[in-house]
Amino acid sequence: MVFFNLPYVAVVVLTLIGLATIVLKRNLIKIFLGITILESAVNLFLVSLGYREGGIAPIYTNAPEGLMVLPTPQALTLTSIVIGVATTALLLSFAIIIWKKYGSIEIGFLRRLKE
Amino acid sequence: MIPPFVVDNSPALMVIVPFVAAFIAPFAGRAAPAVRALVVGGAMAITSAITLILASDVYAHGTRLYVFGAQAATLAVPPDSGGIPVRIMFTVDPMSALMLVITAISAFAVVLYSLTSERHHSGLGSYYTLFLLMVTGILGMVSTGDIFNFFVFLEILSIASAGLIAFRIDGGVAVEAAIKYFVLSTIGALAILFAIGIYYGEYNALNMALIAQRIQFTLLDQLALVLIIAALAMKCGAVPMHFWTPDAYSMAPSSITALLVVASQASLYGLFRTVFSLYNITLNAACVGWLIIILGVLSMVVGVTMAIPQKNVKRLMAYHAISQTGYMLLGVGVGLAVLGNQPLLDAFGYMAMEGGIFHIINHAMYKGLLFLTAGAIFFRIGTYDLNRMGGLGHSMKWTMVFFIIGALAIAGIPPFNGFASKLMIYESVFAFNPVLSVIAMVVSILTLASFVKVFHSIFMGPVLPEYRDVREVPGPMLAGMGILALVVIVFGLFPSVVVETLVAPAAHALADQGMYIAAVIGGGA
Repeated sequence: MVFFNLPYVAVVVLTLIGLATIVLKRNLIKIFLGITILESAVNLFLVSLGYREGGIAPIYTNAPEGLMVLPTPQALTLTSIVIGVATTALLLSFAIIIWKKYGSIEIGFLRRLKE
Repeated sequence: MIPPFVVDNSPALMVIVPFVAAFIAPFAGRAAPAVRALVVGGAMAITSAITLILASDVYAHGTRLYVFGAQAATLAVPPDSGGIPVRIMFTVDPMSALMLVITAISAFAVVLYSLTSERHHSGLGSYYTLFLLMVTGILGMVSTGDIFNFFVFLEILSIASAGLIAFRIDGGVAVEAAIKYFVLSTIGALAILFAIGIYYGEYNALNMALIAQRIQFTLLDQLALVLIIAALAMKCGAVPMHFWTPDAYSMAPSSITALLVVASQASLYGLFRTVFSLYNITLNAACVGWLIIILGVLSMVVGVTMAIPQKNVKRLMAYHAISQTGYMLLGVGVGLAVLGNQPLLDAFGYMAMEGGIFHIINHAMYKGLLFLTAGAIFFRIGTYDLNRMGGLGHSMKWTMVFFIIGALAIAGIPPFNGFASKLMIYESVFAFNPVLSVIAMVVSILTLASFVKVFHSIFMGPVLPEYRDVREVPGPMLAGMGILALVVIVFGLFPSVVVETLVAPAAHALADQGMYIAAVIGGGA
């Protein structure tokens, strides 16, 4: 039972790690890493939804008889990965600008807006 | 007059035109800035025209489907699929059409304005790319009928908005605001994706109508609902998830802020769509309705009290935007709280929803107008600081007139449109719970007080020596503001016409889940 649910346990663990990183870390790069981890958790969740024990790739030409894994969650995951790349790239480019302008990427320095 | 090809394919075209133009704009800018202006302005004009054509078609003939990749654009359920809509589709019902009208008007006014206001800035190629991507994202979000597609357009919108908020780096301060906005909206978007995964796991469907038909309101559905409400309430700037709003609104270029207001309302649309079309009466309507009402009241009160002490005119307006979002949540929340109880719904529920929805369109117009006037002032004097302004009424007469129109509309003074929608909210909410209505009126008075102060410190008084040479802003910027001001006045003068033709169909479409499902899956649903 635990073994069957292992992917979902991993999803929960990854989500918690991701959220904890985002909330607790003070370094921008680490916060962005936390977001990436959270994203992986969601991607893992989507892929494991579509997995069927012993299923084969859902390619219908010349497919042998038997169970297939669901194709839709894989398509969703691919899309989500692509969006994730764009997100990470934009976040990192923000980090570069902050480093250039403030000389630090600790969020303690992100205070100028408050003044 | 309008070729049938355009009418038939309008849902696809309104997304494709800005999307393609977004990537042509930087190349056109290499030839000459004038060419780029022509491409961007032309593309936006075409997009707005197509969007309005589609919206009027929806209002005339009912919900429009557009199924991508099907033999016929309206063939939602292929004959060999076993009654399941398998393709990505756009489902444009009157509620979507209302959001399309808002986006078309605002985005066109904003483009007209920014072609002049941004003329002297660098990096305009990417500015217009991101701008048109934002428009694409908003239009897609409000018209899609596929929940994963909604997520994709939401992300297009978030990424483009974050890029534009950071656009004028401004010593890094704008980037701070963009980081705040983007980290939050990414986490929100991931929460929505998680909820989508839950729906797919439970119901094997991504089509909103199909999910709506099958939804059971199990524990998992409640989790998904919480994730989606939290994410979208954050994205529309409701208290207590509002703290990105003043930063992002005040640091973005003013023309972008006017569009960010529309973007926030697209998120609000997503929230209402989820609650009404996806769940409807399966959820505990009173409980979720009260949740939304409380979010609304908090937003109203906290927004306006935070607005009063602000020194930066755009931060002040941003807090007012939060406060006005509260009215929409309040109105529609009251409608939700009495959902399923037909006598109460007829007595005041529909009216509350109509008020809330009418306020969405009014808010987009007057708040966009106010942000554009703030941008016009910045364009001439280079500061948003209220303490350094004064006496501008002598030189910037048109801007002053537009500011007065916007300020009176937001404060709910007749005969402007804010009054019309607020009156509907007061009346109907009073029937539901008088205390809420009183709070709403008090917030309105505080809003008026705040704007009287702002008006006085910007425009009144003697001409300050440093602003002796200030002139009125150029014609195209005035034209952009003029479009919005005209809408504010027209909607204020003929509110009953607008409510009957635009708002009431939207409110009924939102409340009636069966109609939404039937439009996609067929009468048997």
